[in-house]
Amino acid sequence: MTLDRVRRGQVLRIAGLPDGVFRAQALRFDLGEGAVVTCREVIPAGPVVLARRRQEVAIGRDLARLIMVEPVR
Amino acid sequence: MDCCGRQFAGDGVPPGGRRIVLAGNPNVGKSVFFNAFTGLYVNVSNYPGTTVEIARGRWGPDLVLDTPGVYGLSSFNEEERIARDIILQADLVVNVVDAVHLERDLFLTRHIIDTGVPVVVALNMVDEARRQGLKIDVPRLEQELGVPVVPTVAVTGKGLAELRQRLHTARPGRVDPDLVALLDELVAATGGRISRGEALLVLEGDEEIARRYGLPPGDRREALYRVRRAEVNRIVELVVREGAPRADLGSRLSHWMLQPLTGWPLLALTLWLIYEFNGVFIAGTVVGFVEGSLMQGYYEPAVRDLVGYLLPTGPLNTLLAGDFGILTMTVTYILGLLLPLVAGFYLALGLLEDVGYLPRIAALVDRFLVGFGLNGRAVIPLIMGFGCVTMASITTRLLSSDRERRIAIFLLGLSIPCSAQLAVIVTMLAGLGPGYASLYALIIGSLLVATGTLLGRFLPGEATPLFIDLPPLRLPRWRNVLKKTAVRTWHFLGEATPLFVIGSLALSVMQVSGLLGRLQSWLAPLTEGWLKLPRETANAFIMGFVRRDFGAAGLYQLPLNPDQTLVALVTITIFVPCVASTLVIFKERGRREALVIWPTIFVLAFVIGGILAHLFAFFRGMAGESVLPLVIGSVLLFLAAVLGLTSLRRTRWSGG
Repeated sequence: MTLDRVRRGQVLRIAGLPDGVFRAQALRFDLGEGAVVTCREVIPAGPVVLARRRQEVAIGRDLARLIMVEPVR
Repeated sequence: MDCCGRQFAGDGVPPGGRRIVLAGNPNVGKSVFFNAFTGLYVNVSNYPGTTVEIARGRWGPDLVLDTPGVYGLSSFNEEERIARDIILQADLVVNVVDAVHLERDLFLTRHIIDTGVPVVVALNMVDEARRQGLKIDVPRLEQELGVPVVPTVAVTGKGLAELRQRLHTARPGRVDPDLVALLDELVAATGGRISRGEALLVLEGDEEIARRYGLPPGDRREALYRVRRAEVNRIVELVVREGAPRADLGSRLSHWMLQPLTGWPLLALTLWLIYEFNGVFIAGTVVGFVEGSLMQGYYEPAVRDLVGYLLPTGPLNTLLAGDFGILTMTVTYILGLLLPLVAGFYLALGLLEDVGYLPRIAALVDRFLVGFGLNGRAVIPLIMGFGCVTMASITTRLLSSDRERRIAIFLLGLSIPCSAQLAVIVTMLAGLGPGYASLYALIIGSLLVATGTLLGRFLPGEATPLFIDLPPLRLPRWRNVLKKTAVRTWHFLGEATPLFVIGSLALSVMQVSGLLGRLQSWLAPLTEGWLKLPRETANAFIMGFVRRDFGAAGLYQLPLNPDQTLVALVTITIFVPCVASTLVIFKERGRREALVIWPTIFVLAFVIGGILAHLFAFFRGMAGESVLPLVIGSVLLFLAAVLGLTSLRRTRWSGG
């Protein structure tokens, strides 16, 4: 599924990122493909906040729609 | 720019001295380290060809350079390009890392080490890490990175002496031998024209560096980033032992700030506090004293006497000490009004930034600004516009694309009343009662939303989605906040003062040549016929160009009925930004674009004011007393029509 569909508190694995500059940015924040992250917040119709260890990043909804994630059990 | 950039980085290194560069992620406390090395002898200047400020100072025979906070070395934005160029020129890098966020910060550390430069790592905020239950194995970290690591707590000065002592032990760190071979090969292939650091960036596809040496940009960025990321994660696994993360007050507060139900009231409360501080205390009490009592009471009469004594009459006297005189109005305006206002706003902004609230506000409002073709970051200039539109227009530089800067500057010029003007508007609206006040807010708010939506929809180009680091919330570090406020205020005044001088000079020339008077009579038919306002209102509009608050204040003395007052206030709010804002628009957007923006705002002010005047006249004739609900209904209808039409276009496009 895409990142804009996740619920708060879900643990996810990043499965696919859009091409372009964002891929490099994602790797800098350890949000590259394969990274396991927690969805910290979902702002209704707004950004999704992901947490990886102690790092939190807010990702705009339009970008979240392009990021593929898998829920982790 | 490239040539000058390199000169700048190399500029001022005495013989035998080294170029020591401070580098790190944003908000890791670099500036405190900078001060620890250089003391008070700091020279802050714009990086050539850019608007980013770089601090430079001396430490013994060495030159110390600060860099903007970045997450990696590349050219994704202006700050990164500058940090990259300064780091590539360094003889030694002091890399400040946040002990709490090692997995993020060590990415930059590894990136810097890969360039081959000698590095010392300052492991900062170790106290905070300990408080959060993190144990960091410093010797192991040194071993894995291959460079000295000094634990520090910069705000209390802990570890700074040791850092200074161990600076000479800086050395190039451990780099993957395969990468070294690859880089050496590339350096050799260019006959040693490029350094290893430059070779790394060429390999990573940095187009700017590649172009500088006429090389084809490489395609190894993703592969190298992946290796670096894996290496950082391996190191973090080895050296960091985590305690159980605890849900503290900070994370609960963060949740409240981000969720709309609690986030909007919190934001409203924050803005109200800022308004109370800046709009009421600073703009009223402080400015009243400084501008009214000090400048106009003592300073201006003294200057007038002096100039009158030296140059009794004539144009030069008017230029220096007339109504818009360089020594009178300009000085009063800059020191009496702008200085306190801008400092107050930068203080509020610095505070929100320091505690970590600002990026959360950006995330909260993002969904609305996306509709304007902007993203959450644009909330900063839009809020600052209520302080000073000139300052806010300069702040649009922090937006990531040209298109966003264009939209933000247009919206600021069109629909955001600055605090000087707002004070007068609020007073006049208070006399009219809540009905007119809400109608005013509705009209200006609708204009902002309608224009933003139209621009976001139809201006060519792509929007940049939000991607923003949310740092942990913390209590403000006052010294840091005050220092930032002082530096920013100083730079704003440095940048704005020449603009105000040019502006008032132009106005004085217009006054002396009689052009100002003629302009007023040219505008008169427009004000009388179309806006249904007294002829003298034209004066207020002209004055509004000089200083927006003068314009609004000029309306005080006119005999206006409530309908006319509202028409005049709406027109003067939209009406062209003040002379300094106009010059900033020209400076930031270039002549061609400014010559579109400026007349558009001018025409829109009169079109909207006129339509409002005619609506009032029409409904008065039809419904007599109960005219307000009808006008409010018309505005809402207009807003609904614009939003409906744009969403219609959107559906059709996405369908096709």
